[in-house]
Amino acid sequence: MGTLHSKLRTQNSTERGTVVISGRDDWRPTASMDVLRLRAEILTRIRAFFAERKVLEVETPLLASAPVTDLHLHALSCHFRGPGADEGRQLYLQTSPEFAMKRLLAAGSGPIYQICRAVRDGEAGRRHNPEFTILEWYRPCWDHYRLMDEVDELLAAVLGCGSGERLSYAAAFKRYAGVGVFDETDAALRLRIEDLGVSDIEGLSRDDLLDLILTHVIEPKLGHSQPTFIHDYPASQASLARVRDGDPPLAERFEVFAEGVELANGYHELVDPSEQRLRFETDLEARTSRGLPEVPIDERLLAALEHGLPGCAGVALGIDRLLMLVSGTRNIADVLTFPIDRA
Amino acid sequence: MAFYNLNQVKVGLKIMVGGDPCVIVGTDFVKPGKGQAFTKVKYKSYKTERVNEKTIKASDGFEGADVMDKEMQYLYTDGGTWTFMDQDTYEQVEADKNAVGDSQQWLKEEDVCTVTLLEGNPIVVTPPNFVFLEITETDPGVKGDTSSGGNKPATTETGAVVRVPLFVQQGEKIKIDTRTGDYVSRA
Repeated sequence: MGTLHSKLRTQNSTERGTVVISGRDDWRPTASMDVLRLRAEILTRIRAFFAERKVLEVETPLLASAPVTDLHLHALSCHFRGPGADEGRQLYLQTSPEFAMKRLLAAGSGPIYQICRAVRDGEAGRRHNPEFTILEWYRPCWDHYRLMDEVDELLAAVLGCGSGERLSYAAAFKRYAGVGVFDETDAALRLRIEDLGVSDIEGLSRDDLLDLILTHVIEPKLGHSQPTFIHDYPASQASLARVRDGDPPLAERFEVFAEGVELANGYHELVDPSEQRLRFETDLEARTSRGLPEVPIDERLLAALEHGLPGCAGVALGIDRLLMLVSGTRNIADVLTFPIDRA
Repeated sequence: MAFYNLNQVKVGLKIMVGGDPCVIVGTDFVKPGKGQAFTKVKYKSYKTERVNEKTIKASDGFEGADVMDKEMQYLYTDGGTWTFMDQDTYEQVEADKNAVGDSQQWLKEEDVCTVTLLEGNPIVVTPPNFVFLEITETDPGVKGDTSSGGNKPATTETGAVVRVPLFVQQGEKIKIDTRTGDYVSRA
């Protein structure tokens, strides 16, 4: 994708293969110095992009008193002991800066962005490291369509790629998997994925089945000549997005894929406090029934929504994934100084 | 036998899949940002050497397989079974035709082979990478031939037929790479 991309591919071709651990070699970074320079260059370009657009850079805490309630996001927790917390206070490492940034928006910050670390328990692999770098930004008064335009412009500025293609979630399933998202029965979906060799298929919910088709069948085909934006998700996958009335109702959410890898996730943000509380409570019930740890609800976020969160759109983009793309690697360790097994 | 969950799954782990002992040769963690986590596991069957793929989710896993590789000395065959001995304990095991398979043509008494055992029973026999075998039958080389160019079939003492250079004669010992079945040199 563009000049930066090819320039870095060439640099990367000199990279050594798998590190052989003879003696104690695991103190070394897994990323090459070229990739570290590239990371710095990308961060510079991102900051310039937002400075020009008068979007304010902010910082929010890594430690939070309440994590997200999302069924598939697991926050690492820790204990703070000190003044005012003699017994120890349970804190969670943020899985994204979303709640804190929304509190800033409610306090009148205007458009803001943040480049920070996020931490997720249980996630490690070729495309995942438990701690990773997120670029997250919010645009008051915008909807998710307008924000997709800006993500497109950012990717063009950073990657030098052309404008992305847009597909609704339903259209992507139809085109790449021949699956009707809203009209096929669970049984039909199960049949469709049986040949994917999934064990214990009975334990999966409808959304799990759709995730499986998305990750195994569709995702690898997305974003090859230009980034692909998938938008308007089933309402059951709204997470923190608004749901638009209709038949079927749709979540005003989007994701961005490049070279078969998920790069970003954005919402036309839910601002209604009672709907937000209801979603938290629904999540907590589902967590209990799945035997997942109980987590507190972020009352400060709800108080901010009560005060009034301006209508806005927000998106989180994985900087490490972006760097993988630019440096032409399929392995996240190649773009991290010290991944979890060398932490 | 142990049950391995998603977090314990890694390359080299020995597992049972549908009653078939296999070894994991690759894993891939797959998770949409807001969705269910899966692990794609590639595994190779000990018996068929075929590689298959299976996807498991967080609450799933695999039953472990009590599989181990052991260096054992080949003793003899009665035509139906092949007997191997642990040189430390003198314990003997009998491998059947399925376990020995194509390896039988390289088995020479007293050679040390790798025997893959499932719950103590041989399921695969792997001969040494190189074996040294006597040629029991081959046509005499044509006079004037040099070591360059041309080859001919030769039968070894174990019954294997290999292509050898024309200068190699009956009664000579040769070195063979059992992984390819190719002649390497005169021994």
